[in-house]
Amino acid sequence: MKWFSVKWLTIYAVVYMIFLYAPVILLPLFAFNTSTIIAFPLSGFTIEWFVGLWHTDTLHTALGNSMIVGLSTAVLSTLLGAFAARASARFMFPGKTGIVGLIMLPLVLPEIIVAVALLVMLNQLGMSLSLWTVVAGHVLICTPFSIAILSSAFRGLDRELEEASFDLGESRWGTFRRVTLPLVLPGVISSLLITFTISLDEFIIAFFLTGTDVTLPVYIWSQLRFPAKLPSVMALGTILLAVTVLLLIAAEALRRRSARRQGVDTTLAGV
Amino acid sequence: MQDDKTPMIAIRDVVKKFGSFTALHGITADIREGEFFSLLGPSGCGKTTLLRTIAGFEPTTSGTIAIGGKNMESIPANDRPTNMVFQSYAIFPHLNVEENVGYGLKTRKMPKKDIAREVAEVLSLVDMEGYGKRKAHELSGGQRQRVALARALVMKPKVILLDEPLSALDKKLRDQMQVELRSLQRSIGITFILVTHDQEEALIMSDRIAVMFDGQIEQLDTPEGLYRRPVNRRVASFIGVMNFLSARVTAQTDTHLTLDIDALGKVELPRDTLDPDIASDSIDTVGVRPEMLTVLFDQNDWSQNKVEGEVVDTEYYGDMTYYKVRLPGREEPLSISMRNTAGRSVVPPGSPVTVGWGAESIVVFEE
Amino acid sequence: MAWRFDREAGQGLKLISPTFGYVLVMLAAPLLMVVTFSFWTQDYLTIDTTLTLDNYREAWTQPLYQVLMWRSLKISLIVTVVTVLLAFPIAYYLSFHVKKRKALWLFLITVPFWTSYLLRVFLWKVILGYNGVFNTTLMGLGFIDEPLTFILYNLNAVVITLAHAWAPFAILPIFVALEKIDRSLLEAATDLGDGPVRRFFRVTLPLAMPGIVASTLIVLIPTVGDFITPRLVGGTDGLMISNMIQIQFGKANNAPLGAALAVSAMVVIGMISAGIFFAGKKLGGRVR
Repeated sequence: MKWFSVKWLTIYAVVYMIFLYAPVILLPLFAFNTSTIIAFPLSGFTIEWFVGLWHTDTLHTALGNSMIVGLSTAVLSTLLGAFAARASARFMFPGKTGIVGLIMLPLVLPEIIVAVALLVMLNQLGMSLSLWTVVAGHVLICTPFSIAILSSAFRGLDRELEEASFDLGESRWGTFRRVTLPLVLPGVISSLLITFTISLDEFIIAFFLTGTDVTLPVYIWSQLRFPAKLPSVMALGTILLAVTVLLLIAAEALRRRSARRQGVDTTLAGV
Repeated sequence: MQDDKTPMIAIRDVVKKFGSFTALHGITADIREGEFFSLLGPSGCGKTTLLRTIAGFEPTTSGTIAIGGKNMESIPANDRPTNMVFQSYAIFPHLNVEENVGYGLKTRKMPKKDIAREVAEVLSLVDMEGYGKRKAHELSGGQRQRVALARALVMKPKVILLDEPLSALDKKLRDQMQVELRSLQRSIGITFILVTHDQEEALIMSDRIAVMFDGQIEQLDTPEGLYRRPVNRRVASFIGVMNFLSARVTAQTDTHLTLDIDALGKVELPRDTLDPDIASDSIDTVGVRPEMLTVLFDQNDWSQNKVEGEVVDTEYYGDMTYYKVRLPGREEPLSISMRNTAGRSVVPPGSPVTVGWGAESIVVFEE
Repeated sequence: MAWRFDREAGQGLKLISPTFGYVLVMLAAPLLMVVTFSFWTQDYLTIDTTLTLDNYREAWTQPLYQVLMWRSLKISLIVTVVTVLLAFPIAYYLSFHVKKRKALWLFLITVPFWTSYLLRVFLWKVILGYNGVFNTTLMGLGFIDEPLTFILYNLNAVVITLAHAWAPFAILPIFVALEKIDRSLLEAATDLGDGPVRRFFRVTLPLAMPGIVASTLIVLIPTVGDFITPRLVGGTDGLMISNMIQIQFGKANNAPLGAALAVSAMVVIGMISAGIFFAGKKLGGRVR
């Protein structure tokens, strides 16, 4: 069987990776290109677009908004995720499947549905749109990711470890501080990083639920209509890419450290 | 301080229910100071639950547990004078061996220097000097077990509770640890309570054993007492191997009973060797251990009862041979174990043999 | 253990209640409201709360909406099939042939996914466009004389872009399912006389089925809800139902009709998902 053979599979894998990375590689190429037209051939090297970003006030406002939304989302969804992950990793209770299913639902629900549903409710309640309504939507879609990350952290936390601490005279709070927290902390930080990254990049919900304060993706969306602005968008995208990759590497490193601490095989945990 | 009459642990009518399920049906037992006490039984018999109620992890539904004369009812696990060696050992994975062992002392706010001294002492006690800086995942199963034990010992508790501490180890290491644990307990004199499903382990290590079935203590006795005088068929077959034969009382005097035993025939037993709780009228079964029966290689060296039979199967263990011997008029063959001493070769299946037995090896049971 | 149930139940429920409460208020209630809304009508800014099926009548009979709905389903299904088919060999390769650096591969696969979604879609436009990277490269190499036009502003572009966007979501579940397969099962199949092909279809594929079903659903459902890709690279032929939902809630200012369209789309996609789920179960079960 030819297509089973390692050789063909390897070639396929390489081609597939090129397909995956094609747009990502173009991003910095055009960001440093002198021409305002996003097409080949490249015309020359410049950092003018990056410098331009420095002087764009609307961008700074959007970035500030995205930071507020991202940080709030990260903290809130990690908190809610921790409750749910701990409950589902440790306890049996009636309706567990249904409750956890509902909480994880946004993972498979089209974002437009989440956005529209929240929009309808907020309109009905007469609440005005703001960054906080965006946060509300982002927490909804980020919590499942947080649960996925924290569940493996909490599952690796053997019940007997906490009992052992208690048995050795430590109080509930002391046990949390000396045993539970150190063991799940890397997972918590990894969850904060991932949810922040998701929120930072999320467009559809932000598009529907933001008021006059736009987030970064909504800002980018508005810029895509103006061809002259495209090179700066590319520059912005390049910076975002670099930041995101750094955050992801940090999250991955932490997750592995957490798994190693608990003596878990690091290759599969968290997938 | 307690006098000799106060038990270290007094368990009185302890009932534990989980919803509609009753895990413990009124357990009463006294555990003495310095004793190696085992809770033995099949899985689900409630032995772990009982241990956890003593440790304070499970509140009792009713009944009381007193440790050192003090009622433990309102005292949480972290304030009880007990420490546990967990089945999984529960070595904190983010701490090294020293930090694990010193964990409880740090809670007590002991000065660092004292902690270091105590930890070093206890690590040498369990033969783990030089391993202080290792992390949990760098330890073997046996080493984890030693660290878990050290972590409990260093607290100098009144009682150490061990929940199947050897079940994760392989056979050879388990045998070695049984002996070590036993001699360590003797030398330090702390009361140990061991939960195990392994009858051999319980017999080897314990001063006394409580055999549990279905949330109740079926028999509480010394290892020898349990083995020689099991109170019923269930205990008898859980501990070691026993041949059961139906029997009935045909005559009785003030001092003796005459029993008619299936396939073995009539025998006269002195009353004082029998369990006084069993009414002679209700006896319907007797038991005899495989090693109490003898395949006679020389008919002349046996003055007691004899019966003819035929070897149907043998299992050769090197030091021992297990024979299955069928007796006339009985379907199920008897199990007989024989030591392979010099000059004795294995009798092949199909051979006729004479089986010798003595009246003193007979244990009686009621239905 | 089951008999710990009563005490645990209380603790578990208490612990999960903040998250559950949040989801009830912010997801379940709004979703119910959308359903309610779809039975109302709106005239400019006033909302008439009389219950009516008018929105659904319009959503299901107007040719425009019918066309959009059909096209959405068609595009989503094609995208899903293409994405999963492209993803399977990668997952298989990672699980069975990559020995040492599995985590690194997985990481590399997920990195492009974390770049801005908007920019990724836009960059595909750059790649596939008339003067795009793809055409200029092919012309530069002398394969074609004129730029290809069938690759942008149509279905193909949407399929390529979405197959790219959902790649990690398709690969990971299949990879996990393949990793879980006990390798001795494959040895057993070989031992019992199966060649590599028969073994693949009789053992590997059925056991990977839960992962394949998960991938399929995880790609299919959000795809129906996407409106950026069709708008940026789809041209007029690539517009989907979500674009219409977005328009109804936005410019057209007819939220009840938008709600009816959204509910209709969810019901249809829900039924298809259930169908795929049970078919996958049966397929996975039957061959075993």
